[in-house]
Amino acid sequence: MAEMTRRRGRTGYLLLLPAFLTLLVFFVLPFYSLIATSLYDPSGSDVEGFEMTYHFSNYWDAISDYSGPLFRSLVYGGVATLLCLVLGYVLAYAMAFKAGRWKYLLLVLVIAPFFTSFLVRTLSWKLILADDGFVVNTLQFLQILGDDGRLLATPVAVIAGLVYNFLPFMILPLFASLDRIDPRLIEASSDLYAHPFVGFFKVTWPLSLPGVVSGTLLTFIPAVGDYINAQLLGSTGQRMIGSVIQSQFVEANNYPAAAALSTMLMIVILAMVLVYVRRAGTEELL
Amino acid sequence: MRWIREHLVLFLGLLVLVYMFVPIFVVVLMSFNDPASRNVYRFDGFTLDNWTNFCGPNGLCDSLVTSVLIAALATLIATVLGTLAAFALVRYDFAGRSASNLLIFLPMAAPEIVLGSSLLALFVAAGFAGQLGFWTILIAHVMFCLSFVVVTVRARLAGMDDTLEQAAMDLYATPAQTFWRVTFPLVLPGIVGAALLSFSLSFDDFIITNLNAGTETTFPMYVWGVAQRGVPMQVNVVGTLMFLLSVAVVVAGEVNNRRRRATLT
Repeated sequence: MAEMTRRRGRTGYLLLLPAFLTLLVFFVLPFYSLIATSLYDPSGSDVEGFEMTYHFSNYWDAISDYSGPLFRSLVYGGVATLLCLVLGYVLAYAMAFKAGRWKYLLLVLVIAPFFTSFLVRTLSWKLILADDGFVVNTLQFLQILGDDGRLLATPVAVIAGLVYNFLPFMILPLFASLDRIDPRLIEASSDLYAHPFVGFFKVTWPLSLPGVVSGTLLTFIPAVGDYINAQLLGSTGQRMIGSVIQSQFVEANNYPAAAALSTMLMIVILAMVLVYVRRAGTEELL
Repeated sequence: MRWIREHLVLFLGLLVLVYMFVPIFVVVLMSFNDPASRNVYRFDGFTLDNWTNFCGPNGLCDSLVTSVLIAALATLIATVLGTLAAFALVRYDFAGRSASNLLIFLPMAAPEIVLGSSLLALFVAAGFAGQLGFWTILIAHVMFCLSFVVVTVRARLAGMDDTLEQAAMDLYATPAQTFWRVTFPLVLPGIVGAALLSFSLSFDDFIITNLNAGTETTFPMYVWGVAQRGVPMQVNVVGTLMFLLSVAVVVAGEVNNRRRRATLT
């Protein structure tokens, strides 16, 4: 492709300005507000107003009160991401290398369910996993689940919902990076007598790493913050951190605690993402 | 045996696809359900009532109108602002270009709950706690759709070289003529794609909306509300319609592409 000549001058700034201001006022400034709110004195109320006292112990209180949901969210998000990686890799691999001319039809099929309401789709899992439903009955018949065992209101249901809802976020970047691999490289490895498994782990997998990293991030980050699945498919024992933040903010009007939790969630996720990206050696992605 | 080995991956891949489609089948099926009781969510019998008496459940159609209105406005604003920004980022060179790219990327990487709660913190700090509603939802949606528009249009623009535009200029087209007759039609598919994406993101958003909605109810919030007290089957009609609509849009886009390719060759 011919390299485009980039024009200089003020027009660039003018074109960017409206979007820049929108993000500055409604994305950057809110973060400042959030952090400020998290340091208010918790003895205030939404009626009398809160006082800024740099009350850092809001964070300790939030950790000691809600370490359960926070930890649980990270675990559920992590497990869901791993399962998405396995399922997504199989489908993305099949699409990129085995589907031939059906490749793009499959791509459309992957995206299509995504456009049906998130909540309505999640509700239908309630029916699929229902106590006297087909799935539970089959598992009971196979003795995998006890006779009074159930799936709804268990971590299994919540994680199944998370995997289902965020799978397209995994498949699309995986497919994008697998589809770019020259199949001749894989042929070459088998010509050189590499066992298909060796060929996969020495050729295909390393070449698909950029897709793996962006796919896992695109799945993990929204899955940790999600509380729709936990609420619709789980019970109070599966409560996730997003639901605590929402109810502290909107129902309890306990702004400092909610803001501290939200800030902490952001920091934890950022730290995990940085460590992960550094270990995966794909810093150029960010 | 060999055949099985050759096709094993494809078969497993198709199984994953089935997993992704099972809930859609349930949504379509349940749109024809005649429920015996509001509290049990299962298929009890066939009826067309949900389709014919679509606006029956209290508040359903109001919430749909609200959602469509917000999604349309948010899409319009985000698409215009985002397209301008994409042009700036691809076609112009200026100090702070890579910092701007980062600023565009960050909203897509932050969890929705954090985006929503920080926006709420801002609204509260600015004294708008009592005025949460339509306009605060609209602001939130413009904010999170904007990045997706920029990224989509930017990808389209970056994949285009400027030889056609240079040819137009060589043939004495004015800059305005070049833009409207050459550049814009070439970028248009990217802009349309960005607008569709932004409409569906806005229409479907729950977490950010729920924090900033006040007493306003969008369609996802309506579903959330009825999920606690018994779900009217009409929400599945909406789900089915959304699915059919998105398939229709994809098919129309593909037909349009083929026709365009056919006229070019």
